[in-house]
Amino acid sequence: MKVRLVVNGVPHDADVPARRLLSDCLRHDLRLTGTHVGCEHGVCGACTVLLDGRPVRSCLLLAVSVDGQEITTVEGLAHDGALSPVQQAFADCHALQCGFCTPGFLTTITAGLRDNPHPTEDDAREMIAGNLCRCTGYQNIVAAVLKAAGP
Amino acid sequence: MKPPSFEYSRASSLDEALAVLGELGDEAKVLAGGQSLMPLLSMRLAAPRHLVDINRLSELAYVRTTAEGVRVGATARHADLERDADAARSQPLLVRAVRLIAHPTIRNRGTVVGSLAHADPAAELPAVLALLGGTVRVASVRGTREIPAREFFLGTFESALRPDELAVEAFFPALRPGARTSIVEVARRHGDYALCGVCAVRSPDRVRVALLSVAPTPLVLDVPDVAGAAELARSSVDPTPDIHASAEYRRHLAGVLTERALREAA
Repeated sequence: MKVRLVVNGVPHDADVPARRLLSDCLRHDLRLTGTHVGCEHGVCGACTVLLDGRPVRSCLLLAVSVDGQEITTVEGLAHDGALSPVQQAFADCHALQCGFCTPGFLTTITAGLRDNPHPTEDDAREMIAGNLCRCTGYQNIVAAVLKAAGP
Repeated sequence: MKPPSFEYSRASSLDEALAVLGELGDEAKVLAGGQSLMPLLSMRLAAPRHLVDINRLSELAYVRTTAEGVRVGATARHADLERDADAARSQPLLVRAVRLIAHPTIRNRGTVVGSLAHADPAAELPAVLALLGGTVRVASVRGTREIPAREFFLGTFESALRPDELAVEAFFPALRPGARTSIVEVARRHGDYALCGVCAVRSPDRVRVALLSVAPTPLVLDVPDVAGAAELARSSVDPTPDIHASAEYRRHLAGVLTERALREAA
């Protein structure tokens, strides 16, 4: 089936079987490998992308189901070679180690701070509660959320 | 971990969705938010011949509150209900229950009506619908019917929906004057399915609880005597043990959480 996905503002056309997951469509068909695939059943959050601005699991969506919709992946967060505030805060706070889970955290937090620009520490923990990280123990990720939000 | 092959149709109107379901019957499965269905497909626990995608039925993406209560259309997401201030005023239990469903990212896509149609015994919304005496409106090419919660949930993952029917709307009655509601649960981790959960409504003339995750369908109990509520809950459940908890522990939780829910609703 033919689909058109507007990924990070750029229209992409692909011809995919109906069963193609959005995560696989992004990585295999569109060659946008920034979106990582961990558990592939909605638990780990690594594959989180923004669908019309809202964070969703791309492994729990069919590409054909989101035909024509706007998707933001981790590749769409930096602008003109400069890291986004959330990405910069991750670098500053050592909020990643192996980096596998990071794309999902970055997209989730980008949308989370848009909805709640001044989160408390509890809000920050709730914001990332659906994403798993096996390296950091989360402390530095919470610190990065608060740093990205600013003083 | 990839879904098996299936035929796919994306309905652009309710009539079109009903026509396809009417033609295909039990060979078709409705795809709404897919937050339960997609894992089932990827793990090959389900292999429908045909998926009917209703996500484009934007006319069903509503949360409408009237004096009677809250009506939620088939494509309204959990997050839509969670953020609806009128719904929260009409029936505060709804927002509190929705916040116990998985994580915000899942609630951005999962649908309220889909959670009911999926009829998972560990899910919050079926218990809430049963507690409040709500209804599910279903449609097919043969017409529409309104199914009361007590007749809608038939067993584990089993509802009264017939193969050609689509659940189009859920109705949750408003909180009655003088009444209070609550929901409490115990889960292994934040956002996990509950090992046991209890929602409660207390008003001067009625005390009622609904238990989740301890029976194939939501277990609704009228509580004649609040002091004896925990014992009533314990003696009314016959939970099955699984990898997450023993039957004995679930029975214990049923008592403790019933007491806790009634205290919160006092």
